[in-house]
Amino acid sequence: MQPAPPILEVRDLCVEYATAGRPVGAVDHVSLDLGAGEFLAIVGESGCGKSTLLFAIARLLSPPARVVAGAVRFKGRDMLGMSERDLREVRWREFSVVMQSAMNALNPVMTIGAQLGDAMTAHARLSARAVQDRSREVLRLIGIDPIHLRAYPHQLSGGMRQRAMIAMALLFTPDLVIMDEPTSAVDVVAQRSLMVQIKELQQQLGFAVLFVTHDMSLVSHFSDRLAVMYAGQVVEVGATRTLFAAPQHPYTRGLMAAFPSIRGARQSLRGIPGTPPDLGDAPPGCRFHPRCPSMMDRCRSDPPVLAPVSQALVRCHLYDDDVPPQH
Amino acid sequence: MMMSPLSTRPPSEDGPRAPTEPLLQTVGLTKHFPIGGLLSHHQLHAADGVDLVIRGREIVALVGESGSGKSTLARLLAMIYRPTRGEIRFRGRSLATLRSRRDVLEYRGRVPMVFQDPYSSLNPVFRVSHGIMRAIKLHRPDLSGGGRRAEAERVLRLVGLAPPADFLDKFPHELSGGQRQRIGFAQALASRPLLILADEPVSMLDVSIRIGLLNLMAELREREQLSLLYITHDIASARYVADRLLVMYAGHIVEQGGTEEVLQQPRHPYTQLLLAAAPDPMAEIGVSSWAELGEPPRVVDPGPGCRFRWRCPRAEAVCSSIDPELRSVDGGAGIHLAACHVAARQPPASPLPDARTAGQAPPTAGAAGRG
Repeated sequence: MQPAPPILEVRDLCVEYATAGRPVGAVDHVSLDLGAGEFLAIVGESGCGKSTLLFAIARLLSPPARVVAGAVRFKGRDMLGMSERDLREVRWREFSVVMQSAMNALNPVMTIGAQLGDAMTAHARLSARAVQDRSREVLRLIGIDPIHLRAYPHQLSGGMRQRAMIAMALLFTPDLVIMDEPTSAVDVVAQRSLMVQIKELQQQLGFAVLFVTHDMSLVSHFSDRLAVMYAGQVVEVGATRTLFAAPQHPYTRGLMAAFPSIRGARQSLRGIPGTPPDLGDAPPGCRFHPRCPSMMDRCRSDPPVLAPVSQALVRCHLYDDDVPPQH
Repeated sequence: MMMSPLSTRPPSEDGPRAPTEPLLQTVGLTKHFPIGGLLSHHQLHAADGVDLVIRGREIVALVGESGSGKSTLARLLAMIYRPTRGEIRFRGRSLATLRSRRDVLEYRGRVPMVFQDPYSSLNPVFRVSHGIMRAIKLHRPDLSGGGRRAEAERVLRLVGLAPPADFLDKFPHELSGGQRQRIGFAQALASRPLLILADEPVSMLDVSIRIGLLNLMAELREREQLSLLYITHDIASARYVADRLLVMYAGHIVEQGGTEEVLQQPRHPYTQLLLAAAPDPMAEIGVSSWAELGEPPRVVDPGPGCRFRWRCPRAEAVCSSIDPELRSVDGGAGIHLAACHVAARQPPASPLPDARTAGQAPPTAGAAGRG
């Protein structure tokens, strides 16, 4: 599939958290492109910087976190330099965000209908009638009976609350929906049906999705491309199915070998020894080297760069010699 | 191996027991919670008529969604809740007959619990040694000071935290999530348990760390000759460690049997749904419409009938009037059981690959899956 021209371009983005000691680099020179209508998943363990990256893109960072370098362009506009006022024009209408826990993101003392109305009137001038009609429409779209417009969040199941959040994100049919682990608070069955629905809506309405998760297997059938993050850096990016079929980075391989399967022979697994580094004190050289089964001498001192390896981009010295010196 | 100076009423021997003798058994175990106001008569049926058996040196997985009653069951077994009805027998003795504080303490030492969240289950102001030494003092009064220290180091080594002396002096915030959860297991081991109740012990941990803990559970069974009840919503991890699988739905055990048998030939439609919903990167691409039947279980005043019938593509008239009982679905061998009127009539169904595509069958659900 030929990628569409990117609607989101992230270039060398660096985000730091100011601390009492030296600043902690949570996102380190991340570059990503997202095509129109594309589904890109960002996968990594807790503390790898994936949520910070999303927040930086959506301009939702608050101190002590701040962007220290890099650029984010959304539909050709500079997101980082945008004033709050301009941002309000773009937010929700052109891109929206679905947060991790619907229970915390929804107001417990307002009905679903009131919250949908709130989101709409905050970003557009609309008649009460138009608000009502659109609210019904988006709820139907996501498979919730509009009768629930009068329901309070606690009256809905976890899966339905999360759906209501997605409905809210689709009010203005944005070009980009940013999702931060939207299914982590619901059960496997609800999780599966939510993923199917997100994918169907995406195909129907044509918005792009930037989807953060810690669970690779969750997105294995839904995302077009996958970016694996480790310790603030992207270590591998590629087409989802290719990446699952032939993971290149030892961390990606380790992650994939860490999932037991419900099919095939029962085999013993090892996981990845050790734990992810403290970002305030990241190891020199390759940040993964202390846990890497293929570690070489240069990994201890030379930081590898993200370079093309077959059809993916991989940050690993294992492939140093494979890189053809073309263009 | 287990040569502890037990106890009030031990069975004759303490060695490895015959595989048929239950270590722990529940009979009709039921827990209802009153809900609503003072005058409300509504009852939430968290666990209803649960009969389960855990034998010596056995890893049993209890699988179900949240709200299925699996944690309630664990808390009943841990004597945190008192049953509404039914009985728990540990080595043949009913827990209802444990009257003295000493007996209860003895039981809790033998059947400790490991909790889900390693960030809130350890007290942040105490060093690691505190919890472990406390368990040892409480449950092993026979040990001297030096013996206690040696025992603390032994359990830390058992859970893979070496050198143990270093870890004893650490505070929880100095440890990673995986290490904290290992401390949770070390504390449980300090009382020389026969059965560890592990309630979602890995679900809060990063994926790269989880397998290590699952491997630890399997090792502990071998080295310490103990049993584990592994409670989880992740059926793949249950398969990885468990000998037997219990599937729970809306307070009932709806299917049980040997892990592989249940996974290869799931007989209850709910088990089939769980398997179809489990994310599996190795599976063929294809989305079944099964998952659309997402209606949370009704457990407040549920009334008679199968509690899965609202989501079930095979529901019949009988399902709304009569509670299905657990019946043998392996031709009478009595190891693989399912509580389903329809499954009880049918010969063993198709193996797993077909069970997954069977999802295209149900006539309900608007948005059909894409092939």
